[in-house]
Amino acid sequence: MITLTVNGRKHEVDADPDTPLLYVLRDDLQLNGAKFGCGFGQCGACTVMVDGKAIFSCLTPIALLPARQIKTIEGLGTESAPGVVQRAFIDEQAAQCGYCIAGMVMRAQALLERDPSPSEDQIREAMMPNLCRCGTHMRILRAVQRAALAMKGAAL
Amino acid sequence: MTFRPGLTGSIVVGGILAIGVVCVALAWKPSIEPVTPPQAASFDADRVARGAALAAVGDCAVCHTAKSGQPFAGGRPLSTPFGVIYATNITPDAETGIGAWSEEAFARSMREGVNRTGQYLYPAFPYPHFTHATDQDVEALYAFLMTRTPVSAKSPPNSIVFPLNIRRLVAGWNLLFLRTGEWRPDPSQSAEWNRGAYLVETIGHCGACHTPLNALGAEEGSRAFAGGEAEGWDAPALRATPPGPGPWSVETLTNYLRTGFAPGHGAAAGPMRGVTDELARAPVEDVRAIAVYIASLMSKSPSRTAPAGRAIAYDAVYEGACAGCHAPGSSLRQLGAPSLAASAVVNAPSPRDAIQTILRGIPWREGRAGPFMPGFADELSDQQVAHLVGYLRANFSHSPAWPDVEKEIRRAREQGGS
Repeated sequence: MITLTVNGRKHEVDADPDTPLLYVLRDDLQLNGAKFGCGFGQCGACTVMVDGKAIFSCLTPIALLPARQIKTIEGLGTESAPGVVQRAFIDEQAAQCGYCIAGMVMRAQALLERDPSPSEDQIREAMMPNLCRCGTHMRILRAVQRAALAMKGAAL
Repeated sequence: MTFRPGLTGSIVVGGILAIGVVCVALAWKPSIEPVTPPQAASFDADRVARGAALAAVGDCAVCHTAKSGQPFAGGRPLSTPFGVIYATNITPDAETGIGAWSEEAFARSMREGVNRTGQYLYPAFPYPHFTHATDQDVEALYAFLMTRTPVSAKSPPNSIVFPLNIRRLVAGWNLLFLRTGEWRPDPSQSAEWNRGAYLVETIGHCGACHTPLNALGAEEGSRAFAGGEAEGWDAPALRATPPGPGPWSVETLTNYLRTGFAPGHGAAAGPMRGVTDELARAPVEDVRAIAVYIASLMSKSPSRTAPAGRAIAYDAVYEGACAGCHAPGSSLRQLGAPSLAASAVVNAPSPRDAIQTILRGIPWREGRAGPFMPGFADELSDQQVAHLVGYLRANFSHSPAWPDVEKEIRRAREQGGS
């Protein structure tokens, strides 16, 4: 058994230590926000946060994660009370098919927690590991900018 | 004879002063009159094209372009043991670039490491190599650079430690280490070998990273291509023991230099990435010539073979993070991801590049195809990196365990990304 702390809650997980976090989240903990895209760390659909940093959960075996703080999109807000970044993505209608969006939101969240006022270039660079096949990149970019402003407003 | 300290002292002080005056006088270089930036159309198109090919071989754009900056507009920081040097703007902007430089001023910078106004340049600019280039090639590079789009961009000031921030001291460095004069071919070798040797030793300046530097930052001539260091990465030895366990043929090297990837060896990473990106634009016959020369330096003795079919101990981190791409039978292996047994960094003398590759991966290059590996800096703690590095070395190399892995990990973390 491995103990994982996900969204502030401890879970005893009965899985092999080499199991990627993504499978545990989806199959054992029913946290289905993070998606399986490529399984090679090349698309970012599986992005979640570990200790405040965005990581590919498809390439992160749970053996690495006891004593670390895991955060998934379910930890940011709910359908009725979305988090700031989720709200910004909704307001900008940044999702088309939506498959990449949970990963995009988590990478944006990690960026804004690290740097609350990123420049457009910094946003583009930080978001680069995450792909969107629908092509809503410009809306995603605006959503991250909107979220940054909203976070600043909330902090004032 | 009576010992007279007063007089001896005066002679010594006087002597030092005299030497100082002579040095400063010798070090003085005149300013060369500024010119009106020449019209792009005034340059012969063939010459510009030759300059473009040489600029690719010399990867000028790699150092002279800042992150997300305009090509050749400078501003990229280079960390040295003596401080941070910012590459200059070499676009033909008259104010901030080299627009006001005559061909004579440009040639002087390439040959003597002195800028148009007579200021000494630091040898981070590889003029000790460029000095051996032919007049024709220096002219072609001038034509190429002067026909780029001028960009107004001032580089940040260098932060070099005292007293090295006194640029005139570089005159002393030049006296010790700068050997000028045109490169001479070796008549006993083929034309292709000589072309490659010329490009490697002059414009290509491969030794700037692949040759160890002495305490004053000059290449140790007697240990040419014995392996050096660049921006926190080891630049592997090219002489005698080539990187990685497998042999490098001229074909493998040519393909590696043009694509940044050699199946069975691995991918160019760290500072080498920019070099292979540039060589992709260089004429293929030049890259092949470089490969012919480099291959001739490498040891012909049979290489250490990869431990084929050796049982690999189970490790949860390797299985979960690495095996999906690198294990036999994984789908990325079919697409060319190397076996770690063949990896140059796992088999290298120091753990530095294995650590850098694990932490930083092999990043995307916007708009270009090429190998990619995600970095694991945010997934792995230092202890977990050390564990993984030790595991990879023990299971995928015949070489002994590396010492100082923890120290190297801390060093790589402190240096940040490259």
